[in-house]
Amino acid sequence: MRAGVDIGGTFTDVVVERGADRRTTKILTTHHAPEEGAIRGLHQAMEAIGVAPGDVDLIIHGTTLATNALIERKGARTGLLTTQGFRDVLEIRHEHRYEQYDLTIALPEPLVPRRLRLPVSGRVDADGDEIVPLDEDQVRRQCETLASAGVEAVAIGFLHSYLRFDHEQRAAGIVREILPDTSLTLSCEVAPEMREYERFSTACANAYVQPLMASYLGRLEQRLAELGYTCPLLLMLSGGGLTSVETAKRFPVRLVESGPAGGAIFASHVAAAAGVEDLLAFDMGGTTAKLCLVDGGVPQTSREFEVARVWRFKKGSGLPLKIPVIEMVEIGAGGGSIASVDELGRVSVGPESAGSEPGPAAYGAGGTEPTVTDSDLLLGRLDPANFAGGKIQLDVDAARRAIAESIGRRQGFSEEMAAVAVSEMVEENMANASRVHAIERGTDLRHRVMVAFGGAAPNHALRLARKLGIRRVLVPRGAGVGSAIGFLRAPYSYEVTRSLRRPVSQLQACEIDGMLAEMAEEARAIVRQAAGDIDLYETVSVSMRYRGQGHEIDVGLPGARLREAGTDSLRQAFEEDYRRLYGRPIPGGEVEALNWSLTVSSANTAADAGAAAEARQASGASRRRRIVDPQNGEAIDVPVYWRAALFLGDHIEGPAIIAEDETSTLVTRDFNATVGPGGLIDCRLKEETQ
Amino acid sequence: MSVNAFDRIQQQIIWNRLLAVVEEQARTMVRASFSPAVREGGDLSAGVFDRRGRMLAQGVTGTPGHVNTMALAVTHFLDAFPLETMRPGDVYVTNDPWLASGHLHDVTIVSPAFHRGEAIGLFAATVHLVDVGGRGMGVEARQVYEEGVLIPIMPLARQGELNDDLLHVLLANSREPFQVRGDLLAIMAAGDEGAWRLSAMMAEFGLDDLEGLAEMIIAQSREATLDALKGLARGAFESEMTIDGYEQPVRICLSMTVTDEGITIDYSGSSPASPYGINVVENYTAAYTVYGLMCAAAPNIPNNHGSIGCFHVTAPAGSILNVARPAAVAARHIIGHALPDAVFGCLSQAMPRSVPAESGMMWNPYMRGNRTREDGQRPWELFLFNAGGMGAGPARDGLSATAFPSGIKNIPVEAAEAVAPIIFYRKELRPDSGGPGRYRGGLGQVIELGSACEDELAFQAMFDRSEHAAQGRDRGHAGALGHLRLQSGEPRRPKGLQYVPRGDRLVLNLPGGGGYGDPLARPVPDVVADVENELVSPASAERDYGVRVGADGAAPTADRQAKVLEARQKETT
Repeated sequence: MRAGVDIGGTFTDVVVERGADRRTTKILTTHHAPEEGAIRGLHQAMEAIGVAPGDVDLIIHGTTLATNALIERKGARTGLLTTQGFRDVLEIRHEHRYEQYDLTIALPEPLVPRRLRLPVSGRVDADGDEIVPLDEDQVRRQCETLASAGVEAVAIGFLHSYLRFDHEQRAAGIVREILPDTSLTLSCEVAPEMREYERFSTACANAYVQPLMASYLGRLEQRLAELGYTCPLLLMLSGGGLTSVETAKRFPVRLVESGPAGGAIFASHVAAAAGVEDLLAFDMGGTTAKLCLVDGGVPQTSREFEVARVWRFKKGSGLPLKIPVIEMVEIGAGGGSIASVDELGRVSVGPESAGSEPGPAAYGAGGTEPTVTDSDLLLGRLDPANFAGGKIQLDVDAARRAIAESIGRRQGFSEEMAAVAVSEMVEENMANASRVHAIERGTDLRHRVMVAFGGAAPNHALRLARKLGIRRVLVPRGAGVGSAIGFLRAPYSYEVTRSLRRPVSQLQACEIDGMLAEMAEEARAIVRQAAGDIDLYETVSVSMRYRGQGHEIDVGLPGARLREAGTDSLRQAFEEDYRRLYGRPIPGGEVEALNWSLTVSSANTAADAGAAAEARQASGASRRRRIVDPQNGEAIDVPVYWRAALFLGDHIEGPAIIAEDETSTLVTRDFNATVGPGGLIDCRLKEETQ
Repeated sequence: MSVNAFDRIQQQIIWNRLLAVVEEQARTMVRASFSPAVREGGDLSAGVFDRRGRMLAQGVTGTPGHVNTMALAVTHFLDAFPLETMRPGDVYVTNDPWLASGHLHDVTIVSPAFHRGEAIGLFAATVHLVDVGGRGMGVEARQVYEEGVLIPIMPLARQGELNDDLLHVLLANSREPFQVRGDLLAIMAAGDEGAWRLSAMMAEFGLDDLEGLAEMIIAQSREATLDALKGLARGAFESEMTIDGYEQPVRICLSMTVTDEGITIDYSGSSPASPYGINVVENYTAAYTVYGLMCAAAPNIPNNHGSIGCFHVTAPAGSILNVARPAAVAARHIIGHALPDAVFGCLSQAMPRSVPAESGMMWNPYMRGNRTREDGQRPWELFLFNAGGMGAGPARDGLSATAFPSGIKNIPVEAAEAVAPIIFYRKELRPDSGGPGRYRGGLGQVIELGSACEDELAFQAMFDRSEHAAQGRDRGHAGALGHLRLQSGEPRRPKGLQYVPRGDRLVLNLPGGGGYGDPLARPVPDVVADVENELVSPASAERDYGVRVGADGAAPTADRQAKVLEARQKETT
């Protein structure tokens, strides 16, 4: 029996599974001591299923605690030891205004103030050669300064340390001597990649959240032990793998996106059970929408992430982190996103959000600005009496007033048409973000299946799919606790990255494979702690580019070792990917390899495919409701089905609404839906099904 | 009525989509490009145009000097090659400073977009090419002929077939042929991508042409811009500012007239053309002027033919802001970058307390040297982007070491050292360089660099604000002047091709931004924090801010006390 625990900013979700039996609980996060909420949730779920703590075989945990500490600036007092002459790397950033026309943009304060960013002499050049020896006496003196400033965490970031570790490591030895109780992060360990701002930023973020996370994880482990849980506790990583508490304490920054990563894995498994491998995972909640590409059943990953954005979710307004993450675009488009008319007289939606307080106007909690939820209500997509399982009574008149005042009157639209504009615009924004994202990854969306989850997604999924040319959309059950379910499906895995820049023509198999073997050992040690003796396999990806070119492409190394693959096939793999991304390779261009990432992981958990059944017309709609057809703005009468009352094989022709406690699915008139195994709603474009 | 409303919603959606299409085009270009200036610095722009060459949308990447000149350049392409003569797969190019972006390094590329066999619009992009021959990018040429190869408007590709002859000539004249070729191919790929996406969009929305959409975008943007300008006082305003120039200081005089129909700016009275390469062509003058106006007065309106059309910019022929051929123009950006500050001088009168103080501008050295390879010596060039401090705003400190008005990014130290044999010894904020004020000007930075090999290092200096500081506003003080020297002590000139001898280093002290408001009104805790962080020295805290910061705490000086008293008296009367 396994349990997944996802602590988010508002809710703590717990999922317990024994065989096919699954129980879930959702309770408010206990911010003062998050482990208390987690344990209470665990107890409730286990009571429901009727087991004792000792019966649990494994607990998998993800949390936004580190993320929130970065957003709310509640981390440790952190100092940075850095190369003399470069103490302002964190503050100089890219010397760039991410918003060209706004003279009032905000930039995040550096996590480490200037007075705690202390320089030490010592320098390595771009070839990894030492040109100035490390001044150990100076390191000592600076440590004493940090000690007297009362720092609780120290980061070390030296130039070109991704090529040569010893200066940072020697400085670390001195820090441990003088500040033995202080937590310590080395940039060459947490993010050994070129580009000083991103690397130092990652090291400082890690140091900043480390004391908090170490203490929290320690308390959680202890509480679980006291309560008789004897099973291992594993942590969900942003990159989609699982790791031990030990490693999580060392690199807590790798946990920041654990919740969304769980969601992406959940979506992959839903799709796999339906026999689908290439998909677009679409998660739309209250504040933002997240979109993730999954290829061959594996979510796309990246090594760049930006956390704690301070301005309209804009890229460039947050802190960059170089960590393995499941890559997704996040935009300010959720149920709570506020709609308005911009200076150009256009309807615009988000990124400002009414959040959960005061929330949409329809909540009747003081919100007066119209939101996406208000528009959904006016369009007939939500049942005012049965929102959030009937816990919140929606006020249609308040929604109507808000939409009329902010949009309708200014545009000369009826309330319904104003609501259509809001809904179409938020869907268009998500479609644009998806398209740009797909371009950046050199892929197409039209062959993909969409998996829609999160409270607001099923209401907007089919219109979004239509805009993207997607013909099939899956709406799984349990979407409200998708991340926690995803935790239970994640492989044990860990990624290690090193920089070694060299032209492909000059790569020596013995040198590379020697380095890969070391990396494999490091990763295996970490995965073994969690996975025990099961089979593990390795994959290697190499970031490559034409010499002189900017951005690198990640290319899979066939066979995970250079001796097996050979430099020719590595070069070929690069050129194939390059052609896919940019149309034409550069004749005569010299190809170089920069970063080598090795992942050790267990096999993916097999998807639990249920048996399909003969399709038949769904038995009677519970009732009918008037909705506004987004495709032409006309009011139509559609049947409303209650999801819990549907059976495997039930067939529903759009337009229709399928309602449930947490959300409802709008089946637009160009789609049909069939109920699949596990209550999955499987929507296909009509021309496909005919 | 409801059908009509639905069509209007559709139009808004399509407009939104069009912006996404150009954004996609720009991203493709950045990703596929080769030169550090484009890929790390983002020194590029992209836009989509209607059949008449009117810009409908631009990518939000990009730098104002490119975007707004590109907007004007496309009509010149159409004059040379009418749209009906263009075929799918055609690509046209020029770097003529007077037709495009003001110097030979910026190349503008235009390709037609087709939908169902009909040419329905154009895509354009401008990027900075790292080297086009001649003297390279510097101030010393006397005529444009010395500054590199000029490509008249001509095909770069015809129906998908590259113009190899042109490419050969261009590459043979460049110190960095590989990067130049890679960047040109990247722009072509981006144009293809954009054209394909545009056609897909039209199919999805059932459009046969862009005409109706173009009219809507242009009319609505124009109306919105005029609406945004309603907050400005009507009338005529004047301002003047002086910057270093090269052989003599350059005076920029402007008169601004605000009417219900838009804003007119005239630069009469400004300095005459320089005999050196710091001259500005009129379209580049217009580009940075319009940028200054838009970012301050209409920041939320997208840049397109409709919004830009509300601004009319003129400069007298023969002045440094409107030179005729064959004047030298390579380093025109140092004058161009000053124009938004000059514009703010007028705007601060028409919309008080809304524009920032003057900024420290960028100091972008063009580094040059030789690299020894197995097959002999090869020249290299690297354009480094480094920013001084921004001016403080009416409610915020200026951003330190941040590019303004240019929109480009720096090249990371580790990336720069990896592509060229140079070493940075220092790149840090420069204490006391931010102009004191209630809101402090942004700090400049100190950069120290040298050759990583035994060779001497050359650099083209194109630095301003070494004699004329960024002025403060509303009693804020000026930012610090910039200066440069060798580490050994010898000074270097702020403009011109110069050398760093073997074993020595170049030390650049970048200028700071101006302060806003009286520094005596800056809250004591803010001054103390600046001192603790060594952004402001104790001496400056006392002299400029009236705060004595010592080991035992902070105390106001007599100046500050008098100021507080004065303020109290004002309150009571």
